[in-house]
Amino acid sequence: MEIIICGFGGQGIVRAGYILGYAAAVMEDKESSFVPSYGPEARGGECASRIVISNERIDYPFITTVDILIAMAQPAYNKYIEYLKPGGIILHDEDLVKPDERASKASEIYSVPATRIAERLGNRIVANIVMLGFFCAVTKIIGYDAMKKAVEAGVPARFKEINLKAFDKGYNYGLEVIGKDKRKALAVQ
Amino acid sequence: MPMEFVDHHIRDKYLKVDRLPHIWCPGCGIGSILNAFLLGMEKAEVDPDQVIVVSGIGCTGRVPGYLNMDTFHTTHGRAIPFAVGLKLARPDMHVVVFSGDGDLVTIGGNHFIHAARRNNDLLVILVNNFNYGMTGGQVGATTPTGAITTTTPYGNLERPFNIPYLAAAAGAVYVARWTSLHVRRLAWSIAEAFHRKGFRVIEVLSQCPTTFGRRNKMPEGIDMLRWYRDNCVIQHYADPKDAEIVPGRKIIIGKFIDITDGVETFEEKAWNLVRKFLGDRIEIPFRKGLRCPKEIPG
Amino acid sequence: MSLSPGIYFMSGNSAVAEGAIFAGCRFFAGYPITPSSELAERMAARLPRVGGIFIQMEDEIGSIMAIIGASWGGLKAMTATSGPGFSLMQESIGFAAITETPIVICDVQRAGPSTGMPTYVGQGDVMQAKWGSHGPYEIIAVSPSSVQECFDLTIRAFNLAEKYRVPVIILMDERLSHLYEKVRVPRKEDVIIVNRKLPKSKKNFLPYLADADLIPPMPPIGEGYHFHVTGLTHDERGYPKIDPEVQDRLVRRLCDKIRYHADEIIDIQTYMMDNAKIAVVAFGSVVRPAIKAIKLARSKGIKAGLINLRTIWPFPEKIIREYAEKVHTFIVAEINYGQIVHKVRESVNGKAKVVLLPKMGGAIHTPEEILNEIMEAR
Repeated sequence: MEIIICGFGGQGIVRAGYILGYAAAVMEDKESSFVPSYGPEARGGECASRIVISNERIDYPFITTVDILIAMAQPAYNKYIEYLKPGGIILHDEDLVKPDERASKASEIYSVPATRIAERLGNRIVANIVMLGFFCAVTKIIGYDAMKKAVEAGVPARFKEINLKAFDKGYNYGLEVIGKDKRKALAVQ
Repeated sequence: MPMEFVDHHIRDKYLKVDRLPHIWCPGCGIGSILNAFLLGMEKAEVDPDQVIVVSGIGCTGRVPGYLNMDTFHTTHGRAIPFAVGLKLARPDMHVVVFSGDGDLVTIGGNHFIHAARRNNDLLVILVNNFNYGMTGGQVGATTPTGAITTTTPYGNLERPFNIPYLAAAAGAVYVARWTSLHVRRLAWSIAEAFHRKGFRVIEVLSQCPTTFGRRNKMPEGIDMLRWYRDNCVIQHYADPKDAEIVPGRKIIIGKFIDITDGVETFEEKAWNLVRKFLGDRIEIPFRKGLRCPKEIPG
Repeated sequence: MSLSPGIYFMSGNSAVAEGAIFAGCRFFAGYPITPSSELAERMAARLPRVGGIFIQMEDEIGSIMAIIGASWGGLKAMTATSGPGFSLMQESIGFAAITETPIVICDVQRAGPSTGMPTYVGQGDVMQAKWGSHGPYEIIAVSPSSVQECFDLTIRAFNLAEKYRVPVIILMDERLSHLYEKVRVPRKEDVIIVNRKLPKSKKNFLPYLADADLIPPMPPIGEGYHFHVTGLTHDERGYPKIDPEVQDRLVRRLCDKIRYHADEIIDIQTYMMDNAKIAVVAFGSVVRPAIKAIKLARSKGIKAGLINLRTIWPFPEKIIREYAEKVHTFIVAEINYGQIVHKVRESVNGKAKVVLLPKMGGAIHTPEEILNEIMEAR
């Protein structure tokens, strides 16, 4: 399973990628790899995390095609939508990304107002964790417990509480979305 | 009275006598400075086995090779960073850097100022002979303006470093300057510095008749010593700014700075950090903070 | 202390740092440089907690000299850098080689020459690692291709440095340094940790008199051995000797202590080489697309295999020579314009075709590019 999480630097894209990889490798003892984008840019630049999750040893972690694209910002979506395999899945922030006609190759498109939910929780910085909760609910690639433990381990202690809340908000939002359409949930399996 | 020949010297025990004779030219000042160092170490009553001497490249860089102690002759300009690593690993040792001006403040100038800034616990004995002696007398960062060297045949166009000022500005906590003529005071200063901690610099003006003096109207070692005798003024705690060496002007020597009391060294800070995490679970062999009496007898 | 046994998820840079601590490294001196800085950052955070010292020096020359000093002070020591910093360290690598100082240098290769592309991958330091300092000498270089190997080979690097009293270089690359993967940390008792050989007695002690294995015991400081260490050519007493005969004896031993033990040092990994007719030779992150390419080739019925140069120096000449009898083509994939290919060609000695598949830096080969080359070679 090949995944890209993309957005702006500062949105927690790298941390989300790390937590996802960590959840798979350490919490579920699967094989996983994670490659953050690495460049002179810091905040504001385009940013992507590439994650591979597998039950077997991962030969090639430097992927250029993906099964799941998680987009948190429009410019990043515009760049990485090319990487999506036909029949792949898009998860996106409802307010910050508007999928265009190129998204038609996707089999499913799920949207979540991750940043808005995070703002309502009091800190927009946790939008990445809302998205991870959402991802966890709609794809079921990683179990709820494993993912939540990974979030707990992967964020600074003083922000643990808000992040765990953000995770559950995203997760519950995801359950609602797939609850409306069970077929969609199965498609990912 | 007939001349007596002796086959040993009272400080032979500190030397690898089987390596003698040494490579230094007749009239060179390094031998006197080495003698003053051994005298100072003796006066300080430190155990030579606990003194590690590190040098770089050059005539002075050859000093450690003659010492019957644990000694390191490193690469050009890098004695200080080597000593930084050694001292951090073994904070219980006295680590002495014994090297020349070209090595320590020209090619190695960056290490010198940063070790001073960090207050690495090193005793630096910097022998300044105003030129690159071993390579044939080229200009260096300490060569006086106008001096003739093999690479400044029309006179040195540059302005030299004022070493006490440089050391003081970079943060050295003990700064003194002596000459190869002032051996007793030099030995006393070395003894005193052994009992200080932090980045300590003793500049020793030396004579290099072979490659420097002879091109600058001081062809014999004794000529340069006369220059020191006639021009040096001992002035403790002088402003290091005034210590610039300009031909025809007085040379200030003495102790410029001694502010080692209560100033933590980098080694203490680094190992205290370890202690903060591990407490008594780790034994850190700091050398005992012996205090030297102000006047060392002799 | 060092990581407890278990499963971790970490980057290549972190895995080298943790491997080092596991191996007993207690001193790190470094200077910030992309893409190796995270390694120094991890050491800065970790070392004080395990009883070690971290110092950020004023430059890379200072860094390597400080670790050489610390190693003589009795601590296992390492530094980490990338191309420009590695270039600055070369003189001191020669100093460590002639003084027989155990040190470990992690060179996270980036695209060069010069400043090049600091955040992008390269493998252009392979020859420099071996020949970068002046004069004849030998070093050991290992090259991990996964984060697990970053951990494992760093332990090995320290063991080799301590055993052979030689600088050991971990030739990493940017891709691997920022790749996060699962790392299994073993139990302490399941890993062999080698410490330097100490002299047996002070009596008649000669600091550079080697044992039968060509390696002299390394004396501790401050215990009355009264030894002299110099970068000048020296005799068994450690005394400088400007003498061609002494030079001959010293240089031969410095080189032979590695050459004679090459079989023991070399640890390469092969994949599907048993009946292979085409061998892909790769190291570092290029191993990853190479494995995928070989799987793709095998699925098309092409007998291709991989030789992963986990030990680059000393170069596994004998192994390559043996495979030259079995395969018709070697494809050497490296992120430069041809470096290790020269050693492969020399070892193959005309017995098979040797093809260079270069990348100039900035990107690694894709599996498809390597597959295409395999198809061509068929």
